[in-house]
Amino acid sequence: MTGGHDRLARHIVDLPKSGIREFFDIVSTRRGVISMAVGEPDFDTPWHIREAAIHSLEQGCSHYTGNAGLIELRRAIADYVRARFGAAYDPAHEVLVTVGASEGLDNTLRALLNPGDEVLYHEPCFVSYGPEIAMAHGVPVAVETHVEDNFRLSVEALEAKVTPRTKALLVNFPNNPTGAVLEEADVRAIADFVLRHDLILISDEIYAELTWDGRRHVSFASVPALRDRLVLLHGYSKAWAMTGFRMAYVCAPAWIMETILKIHQYGIMCASTASQYAALEAMRQPEEDMAPMLRAYEMRRNFLRTSFAECGIPMHNPAGAFYAFPQIARFGLSSREFAVRLLEAENVAVVPGTAFGPCGEGFVRCSYATAMEQIKEAVTRIARFVRTL
Amino acid sequence: MVESLLEILRNNAKESPANMAKMLGVGVDEVEATIARLEQEGVIRGWQAIVNEDLLDGRHVTAVIEVRVTPEREGGFNRVAEQVSRFDEVDAVYLMSGGYDLLLFVSGESLLAVARFVSEKLATIHGVLSTATHFKLKTYKQSGVLMAKPGADARLAVTP
Repeated sequence: MTGGHDRLARHIVDLPKSGIREFFDIVSTRRGVISMAVGEPDFDTPWHIREAAIHSLEQGCSHYTGNAGLIELRRAIADYVRARFGAAYDPAHEVLVTVGASEGLDNTLRALLNPGDEVLYHEPCFVSYGPEIAMAHGVPVAVETHVEDNFRLSVEALEAKVTPRTKALLVNFPNNPTGAVLEEADVRAIADFVLRHDLILISDEIYAELTWDGRRHVSFASVPALRDRLVLLHGYSKAWAMTGFRMAYVCAPAWIMETILKIHQYGIMCASTASQYAALEAMRQPEEDMAPMLRAYEMRRNFLRTSFAECGIPMHNPAGAFYAFPQIARFGLSSREFAVRLLEAENVAVVPGTAFGPCGEGFVRCSYATAMEQIKEAVTRIARFVRTL
Repeated sequence: MVESLLEILRNNAKESPANMAKMLGVGVDEVEATIARLEQEGVIRGWQAIVNEDLLDGRHVTAVIEVRVTPEREGGFNRVAEQVSRFDEVDAVYLMSGGYDLLLFVSGESLLAVARFVSEKLATIHGVLSTATHFKLKTYKQSGVLMAKPGADARLAVTP
């Protein structure tokens, strides 16, 4: 049999390769790299959570669970979402446990889109959004966010891109890669936009607990008018440092959830049982588990902000997630050139802003999910590097 | 700010005031003044290294000793506890609830030295009813620090 792209699915073959992947290949050829390019916590999952997964295996919990996930877990999720996000979901019909928020997003897009439907999303953004929309036969329509607005999403920018074919808006705040958060007024204005154009809102709030300067995350789920048209994505990867467990969930009104669940049930069956028991344990004392990690992230964020200012690298105030998005345009290099030359000169890895969309040009993403000692060394090296430019 | 500052110092007492100022988002002067005040108030009682004694060549023995004491009409356990605390061999003294009264951490050059301290000095103090000595065999974790060297970062170097 002869191979060839014409025998493969065109809408997948045509997807661009991930910019992150390309950079990973460059970084992985080197030794001793200090990496600020990692999009996951450096902390290990709290021990009592890991222990709960081990215990579940010892008890023989190695079978399928119900498609939507353990009902105890879904109840705990509904309680948490009510307390933390301000929205009530029925654990029996409106909560689904997924394999990472990415599965939840994929299912949601497949449940909503007919070929040619447009989905608005904002850039710079997590690398998967555009491709996931395209994989669901939708048309990704990027809306730019800008450093001048602290990378918040403006309704003016949305209005310029909305069309009669627009089906949904996909948002992610606190944001990867910019660290941007939304104010309550932004949330209300975007909610009005969604209602005005009769759209579905998909809100990836995976970094919800990671907000700084004493702020508290404002969830789209807290807007009652959005109740019947909101798909909320959240999970355990970031705030509980549980990336490898691949544990997340979708909350959505029953009329959408029914279809999302159908995809999950045919495609996945159920999320990993041991991971679900770990997630259930994670719901027991969330504040206590997160507090030390959150304090560490905020101190590192503060350290980076002052250090970049001292070496003349401008940066907006990253008020959430664990990413800083400094502006390196003034050094006369493209984002990619900056990242590659920094790697070659100082063995420090940062991710070119363009990996997160074309408007990330002029920026690099520095993750501070890295031990303080590493951050200190990285900043010293970055300062030395920019002096040579 | 004091709590955050102490958290940094508990983690790394050698952290520079300049770095702490950056982490806390305050001036260096404020950090230095706060540390000076905490030292003066006795909140910060000293600055020590966390040493893994198991890796040192010199012989070093640590024991945990449970001590039962007759409480006194005036001052309860204080007189005996303070007297015990003055010995150089004694690293730490705590008043405990439960089956005994004082818990001591004692170190010495050898088993014999510690045993001699218990029999000749500790047990003979007026008011000490009994002692139970447990010798430490190996340290796994101390002052919140695992004694095993951490493994390499298991994460991929670049992820989205």
